[in-house]
Amino acid sequence: MAGTQTERAHERQDQPGESPAEYLERYGRMRLIRRFEEEIQRLFLKGEVHGTTHLSAGQEAVPVGICSALGPDDYVAGTYRGHGHALAKGTEPEALAAEMLGRATGVCGGRAGSMNVIDLAHGLVGCFGIVGGSIAAATGAAVSAQRQGKVAVAFFGDGASNQGYFHECLNWAQVYDLPVVYVCENNFYGEFTPMASVTAGGEIGIRAASFGMQSQVLDGNDLWAVREAAVEAVGRARAGEGPTLLECQTYRHYGHSKSDPAKYRPPDEVDRWLARDPLELARARLLDLGVHNEALAAKEAEIDARMDRAVENALAAPYPDPAEDAGSEFKE
Amino acid sequence: MSDEQLEFRRAIRDALDEEIERDPSVVFFGEDVAAAGGVFMTTPGLQEKHGHERVFDTPISELAMAGAAFGAAVTGLRPVIEIMFGDFMALPMDSLVNQSAKFWYVSNEQASVPLVVRSAVGAGGRFGAMHSQIHGTWFQGIPGIKVVGPSSPADAKGLLKSAIRDDNPVIFLEHKRLYSVKGPPPTEETVPLGKAAVVREGGDITIVSALRGVRDSLEAAEQLAGDGIDAEVVDIRSLRPLDHETVLESVAKTNRVLLVEEGTRVGGWAANLLGIITAEGLEELDDAWIVATEDTPAPYSPTLEDAWLPAAAELAAAVRERLGVAAPSRS
Repeated sequence: MAGTQTERAHERQDQPGESPAEYLERYGRMRLIRRFEEEIQRLFLKGEVHGTTHLSAGQEAVPVGICSALGPDDYVAGTYRGHGHALAKGTEPEALAAEMLGRATGVCGGRAGSMNVIDLAHGLVGCFGIVGGSIAAATGAAVSAQRQGKVAVAFFGDGASNQGYFHECLNWAQVYDLPVVYVCENNFYGEFTPMASVTAGGEIGIRAASFGMQSQVLDGNDLWAVREAAVEAVGRARAGEGPTLLECQTYRHYGHSKSDPAKYRPPDEVDRWLARDPLELARARLLDLGVHNEALAAKEAEIDARMDRAVENALAAPYPDPAEDAGSEFKE
Repeated sequence: MSDEQLEFRRAIRDALDEEIERDPSVVFFGEDVAAAGGVFMTTPGLQEKHGHERVFDTPISELAMAGAAFGAAVTGLRPVIEIMFGDFMALPMDSLVNQSAKFWYVSNEQASVPLVVRSAVGAGGRFGAMHSQIHGTWFQGIPGIKVVGPSSPADAKGLLKSAIRDDNPVIFLEHKRLYSVKGPPPTEETVPLGKAAVVREGGDITIVSALRGVRDSLEAAEQLAGDGIDAEVVDIRSLRPLDHETVLESVAKTNRVLLVEEGTRVGGWAANLLGIITAEGLEELDDAWIVATEDTPAPYSPTLEDAWLPAAAELAAAVRERLGVAAPSRS
């Protein structure tokens, strides 16, 4: 691949799906995720969001870039850091916020909470509270997808690449040429532990080679780079050419979970990554591609208003009633 | 036709064959199940008949297998998987416990997870500690997953067909000392999940068991009949849901209950069931106890394994002792 991403963005902007207007929409989706995470953090500190949360601020380019290459009927499996996965695939922010708030109008009626969101209407087969679970869910969805002409995507972190799920499922998918894209969001920390200190072999992407699987290691903070890799991998999957592993290198702006101030990360490392905020990078490139600042500001205002409305409505929604909403163990 | 006997393993195969034929969303996969026809020869010919899309061999990757079944089940397929030996069920537990069992409830009932996990279980085959366990109780405490197992060829066919048609995840237990058992073919197309069966009527004592233990209990009942003790035998058939009502009805008649479990007393289904019987039917009970296996893993040596397993003679002796009936004379 020749040229910088900026040069390539200029060159490709007349191709389908590559216009600045479409990237402006994707930038808006990234901002929606960022604003969502900020609101969840605020509501958590107010005691409105319970238990724990795992925020994905800083990693927005990955789910938005990947999901931009998917159709509404394609499948996605996310992680417990999954708010961005859901929003990128199309989950309504109000229903997602209501879920975080434990309200009856939540996308899972308040039964799931932050870590276990499921939204089948948008192809989200689940977010999984167990590290690596999403890899299995997407592999299974790909068994169906292979028969349905669809594609499945697994989002997972660097930590999941050391789980049995990763090795068993990647082998499985390659054996059966399943239409699945494995997207490793490598944010360089498995909870509090630096990835490099517990992960052999350096890059995670190279592990695909042992399965004979296509792979790519890329800048996960560059929306254009993520989308380009996704379009190629999804295209291969849809054409029956099998799975791909994409290692998207990125960084979380918050700690692992609500109780983690992330003091284990060197300040200069944090500064380096904050200087490469994926939203700022996308905004700068959109300006470079000729999108006016007014258009960007209008999109930002539109997203902010949408998020404010979503939170306001979610906060006004009722809690589930234990007498009426207790649910059943089995489907009859 | 009427006296044609059905072999247990054939009943399993026929149920799979008929359900794969009946419903195009049913797929069946596992280790050595397709080309080889299963290590216990329960699934020969299914791949030849139904094709590689419907019936296929997998890597030795139990976690991936259960995960693949889960993901496929929530996106339109009805997978049946074989985890070869029940002991291997320790490997796929995360997917089954945290994914399949919770999906219906946590999703707010957006969709259920129609999958079946078949395994060969139980001791008595000299397979040693890692190929002899029954994992039913490992799953009995997990809401959202059914645990069933047959004791006869007729039930094997009817229960498996019901499990495949059920919209929820089902753990299906096949006792390996039943595969060669023959019996009358089923009279009904399916057997409902979650319903115990009275397999022998009697008025003096209720013996409750599961899987192979039901046959041992029936044999013990025949021995006891010679002593004038009329035992009723209940096949619990399902560990979750647990049909305590059928047992309570029987106990109301006999006032005594013996629960026979191939498994440990602590943490076993028998202790669980006895707790419910006691809480709900204490006034009916004159006597109640459990015969279970020792608190060691299943041993290998024939002498040790035979002593470890509850056997018919042991059950009959235990009943005689509790009822104060003298052992039959040897002469």
